[in-house]
Amino acid sequence: MSNSDQILDDVTKKEYEYGFYTNIESDRAPKGLNEDIIRFISAKKNEPEWMTEWRLDAYHKWLEMTEPTWLKPKYVQPDFQEITYFAAPKKKEGPDSLDEVDPELLKTFEKLGISLDEQKRLTGVAMDVVVDSVSVATTFKKTLRELGIIFCSMSEAIQEHPELVKKYLGTVVPKTDNFYAALNSAVFTDGSFCYIPKGVKCPMELSTYFRINEAGTGQFERTLVVADKGSYVSYLEGCTAPQRDENQLHAAVVELVALDDAEIKYSTVQNWYPGDADGKGGVYNFVTKRGICEKNAKISWTQVETGSAVTWKYPSCILKGDNSIGEFYSVAVTNNHQQADTGTKMIHLGKNTKSTIISKGICAGSSDGSYRGLVKIGPRAHNARNFSQCDSLLMGDGCGSHTFPYIETQNKSAKIEHEATTSKIGEDQIFYCNQRGIGTEEAVALIVNGYAKEVLNQLPMEFAVEAQKLLAISLEGSVG
Amino acid sequence: MEELKDKLESSYIVFENELNGESDTPVHKMRRDALENFEQLGFPTKRNEEWKYTNLKPILKADYKLFPKQEDDIEFKDVKKYFLNEIDSYKVVFINGVYSSWLSETTHQGYDICTFGNALRKYPDAIDGYFNKIAKQDGQAMVSLNTAFASEGAFIRVPKNKVVDKPIQIIFFNTTNDREIMVQPRNLIILEQGAKAEIIERHQSLNDVPVLTNAVTEVSVGANAELHYYKLQNDRHTSSLVDNTWIDQHRDSVAKFSTFSFGGRITRNNLHFGLKEENCLTYMNGVTIIGENQHVDHHTLADHLVPHCESHELYKGIYDSNATGVFNGKIVVHKDAQKTNAFQQNDSVLLSDRATVDAKPQLEIYADDVACSHGCTVGQLDEEALFYMRSRGIAEKEARALLMYAFASDALGEVDILELRKKVNMLIAKKLGVNLDFEL
Repeated sequence: MSNSDQILDDVTKKEYEYGFYTNIESDRAPKGLNEDIIRFISAKKNEPEWMTEWRLDAYHKWLEMTEPTWLKPKYVQPDFQEITYFAAPKKKEGPDSLDEVDPELLKTFEKLGISLDEQKRLTGVAMDVVVDSVSVATTFKKTLRELGIIFCSMSEAIQEHPELVKKYLGTVVPKTDNFYAALNSAVFTDGSFCYIPKGVKCPMELSTYFRINEAGTGQFERTLVVADKGSYVSYLEGCTAPQRDENQLHAAVVELVALDDAEIKYSTVQNWYPGDADGKGGVYNFVTKRGICEKNAKISWTQVETGSAVTWKYPSCILKGDNSIGEFYSVAVTNNHQQADTGTKMIHLGKNTKSTIISKGICAGSSDGSYRGLVKIGPRAHNARNFSQCDSLLMGDGCGSHTFPYIETQNKSAKIEHEATTSKIGEDQIFYCNQRGIGTEEAVALIVNGYAKEVLNQLPMEFAVEAQKLLAISLEGSVG
Repeated sequence: MEELKDKLESSYIVFENELNGESDTPVHKMRRDALENFEQLGFPTKRNEEWKYTNLKPILKADYKLFPKQEDDIEFKDVKKYFLNEIDSYKVVFINGVYSSWLSETTHQGYDICTFGNALRKYPDAIDGYFNKIAKQDGQAMVSLNTAFASEGAFIRVPKNKVVDKPIQIIFFNTTNDREIMVQPRNLIILEQGAKAEIIERHQSLNDVPVLTNAVTEVSVGANAELHYYKLQNDRHTSSLVDNTWIDQHRDSVAKFSTFSFGGRITRNNLHFGLKEENCLTYMNGVTIIGENQHVDHHTLADHLVPHCESHELYKGIYDSNATGVFNGKIVVHKDAQKTNAFQQNDSVLLSDRATVDAKPQLEIYADDVACSHGCTVGQLDEEALFYMRSRGIAEKEARALLMYAFASDALGEVDILELRKKVNMLIAKKLGVNLDFEL
């Protein structure tokens, strides 16, 4: 086993590969948070009066809330007055094509191995690039527009489609939902908005890259995806963040609305800076993600979480309509001193609703990984069905893995199965591989990959490659 | 709630005064500290995560009599049915929290089977060594409350390599004609190295005046010792029970605990296992069958502190009418507890749309070389099996009962006392409303 220990050791000491810092002049608000800052953000973004009021209302409610303390991860509470709430790259006159985009920015993406134009050409993925909170380039907009699909930044949506934003914003995640959702509602600077009209099947994967770039800048993204009756959309979100020593706060809110017969597939690859090997620095990732399903609708969350110092995230589904389906597939990798508290909530309200939860945790180093989830069957949710599986793989004796599932059943026709296991890679599994001529190093890689496969398979092709790469970087070192 | 709390605090002074001179002993200091802790914590509310699904409020409203008088007009024939009669046994019986010598059968030959009050007076070594050492008060208001008033209960001490020759029955009868009563029995059970015992515990009201029992049982299972412990809970619908049982297990020991919850209004079972030395084996089994206005909450902890231990947990529940069931099982594997095997399974069947079940099976694992799992299901009886039986001429009611019995019977496997198993079978049959036409 010393060989595999060696691999783990290599990985533990591996520096974050994607840490670098792009120098772009930015238009910053002064540090701190008060009503004036919110008005400043709102004014900067040319928002209508109702939006400003909405933000202020959220701010006042946030002031009355306290930060939750029930989390397993322990961290230093962010000083909300030390954060800069608005930083936009300086506007040049309308970059219509990629050629006009700041070359520094393009370099950033190239370093990540995802060149914008290459992606655009080769994969047909439309990208809405978010660097420090403001959209810089949006591609494939025209193709989408022909189908009536609206895919733009949140600030644009507020300007151009206020009726849709007004109708759906805050309906799935209310302003007062939790401490960080309220904060986000007050100060969100940008994000993505997507509307798929009735009966339209979105022909390409929609993708957004978030990056935290300005030192000391908290990023507050707001994403709203609305799939009208009978439509389908697959939405990808991925993030990497530069190496930084002070803790950065990322408090995003994602709302999904799937109307009758619609389907939304939402995939995330998260690789924010996790802090160095001693647990110094790293991003706080406190995200609220939730979707609501109307009749026969389906929402599927897939996530690969490899980054962040502290992750606090529960993508959830409210299965309101009859026959609606919720799915949650997750791989969470923690290493060094990372802490992740993640899971899902499946709230069954309608008849014949189904949900599946597959959660795979991999813990190494001195990290802590928790699954925390809720499956709730309401009194009217006849014939509801849930299957949950939460597995944890432990590598190294310094890590911890925890499972906190809540199962609440109020209907006798419900069928719920929950199982969780925690184990290390079996010596007999490795022995079997060895016996077949596979080296220990390869065997570990093989087993970890096989273990996560169930979830990785759910990712769209474009992302699966990147996700595998991230898994390799996060865990396997030179292996695989 | 506040009223009862105030009342408990003020009656503590009365309790203290009646102790005469005993108030300077180390035991009494523990009581005082415990009261202080309770004063700080107060009764647990639903805001407390550990009590999220169990609301004590409705049963804390009553104006409980805290030091009820002993009722001595109980004849053995009145309470005979609550005993296991077919076999010879030791009996430690209490009525309204007061020891009843004429219903009991104690011994000091070879081992001590007597009362906690007796131990306080005669066995300071046992009290110093174990009392308040096993049950933890940190955040445990109900344990503190019991400790503050700890004065009576069962005391069992089995010395090295002794085997108790017959089962021990610990029974708490409660009966009063006027006011609601609250009793707080305190049991201490010590099995020294290589000792062996079988214990059956029961709380039973004899009439419909509400009773609140807040019991604490501390158990030490010594090296290579073996303890089988059965909790039979089939009280009246007016009685509530908060049971706190804390077990410390030592090297190579075996502890099997079975909890049968069929009765009572609110029943909360806190079962905490501390696996303190290597190679311990723990079994926790539970069968819950409840109906109208009943609530049962199983709150278990398997605390794996050292390597090479094994714990098995199996809880089955059947909930009818507007019954509410809670299962909160936790397995903690500490940093150095490598090679731990810990398994937990909880299955529930809901028979009515008004019944609810809340489950929270948790794993907290800090060691890497372990095999731990938990499983939790909620479902219904297999309609096809039901159809098969009916097609063979078994009436629907009986067929359902058979299926339910089969469902629950997995958790009966560890009952080694044949007569007890018969009794539990009978209770299950009665609970399911059928005559189970077979014996096991």
